[in-house]
Amino acid sequence: MNVLAKKDKGDLILSLIGELDDHTSAETRARIDEILDNAVYDSLIFDMTKLSFMDSTGIGVLIGRYKKNKGKHKIFIANPSKNVDMIFQISGLYNVMPKI
Amino acid sequence: MCENKMTLSFLAVSENESFARSTVAAFCLGLNPTIEEIGDIKTAVSEAVTNSIVHGYGNSGKGYVAITVSVNDETVNIQVADEGKGIDDVSKAMQPFFTSGDIEERSGMGFTVMQAMMDEISVTSKPNSGTTVFMKKEIGLGERDA
Repeated sequence: MNVLAKKDKGDLILSLIGELDDHTSAETRARIDEILDNAVYDSLIFDMTKLSFMDSTGIGVLIGRYKKNKGKHKIFIANPSKNVDMIFQISGLYNVMPKI
Repeated sequence: MCENKMTLSFLAVSENESFARSTVAAFCLGLNPTIEEIGDIKTAVSEAVTNSIVHGYGNSGKGYVAITVSVNDETVNIQVADEGKGIDDVSKAMQPFFTSGDIEERSGMGFTVMQAMMDEISVTSKPNSGTTVFMKKEIGLGERDA
């Protein structure tokens, strides 16, 4: 897993690249937190274009980041695959991180 | 396609999660599934295997996960079994958002995702003996990807 960060005006876009599962979740979580702790931004967008696989472990990672954010920033999801989109839908994640 | 069957046994460590789901997916390719159907199977297998590694064996890395896959016509049957600590209350464990792990970082959605991805799922478990997840899916019936 790799996480790439890009700023677009007030948006911080984090691209998740690779496979997010139980094995890669700890490093992914640490990488995201490292970026967020050192960034200034208004909104956060998780770009899933290059996320080739994710299971429900990914929900835990994203919900963990949502809780850590404590409502300070709006968080969005972009470009999930069909399988990832289904996981987000059944988990209700889009209620707190809308799809754009 | 004629009947085919395989078994796979591997150490219960997280490095093997990707290997397990990719191997099962590769075995099912003979049924000419769509990309989405293969994605469904990979996700469901990953959930079951992760449950065995994380909850069944408590991330100890001690013990094995055994997967049996059989395909017949358009049906794939997958069985994921461990000899870990088992589940006290299976129906409770299958409820959405239930987790026995870290509530800050675990979603409790594993069984719910398996149910969404597969046509049928059932779970048998015995405390201190192990857990077996049975899953079934009809594949290759929808529109083929070009």
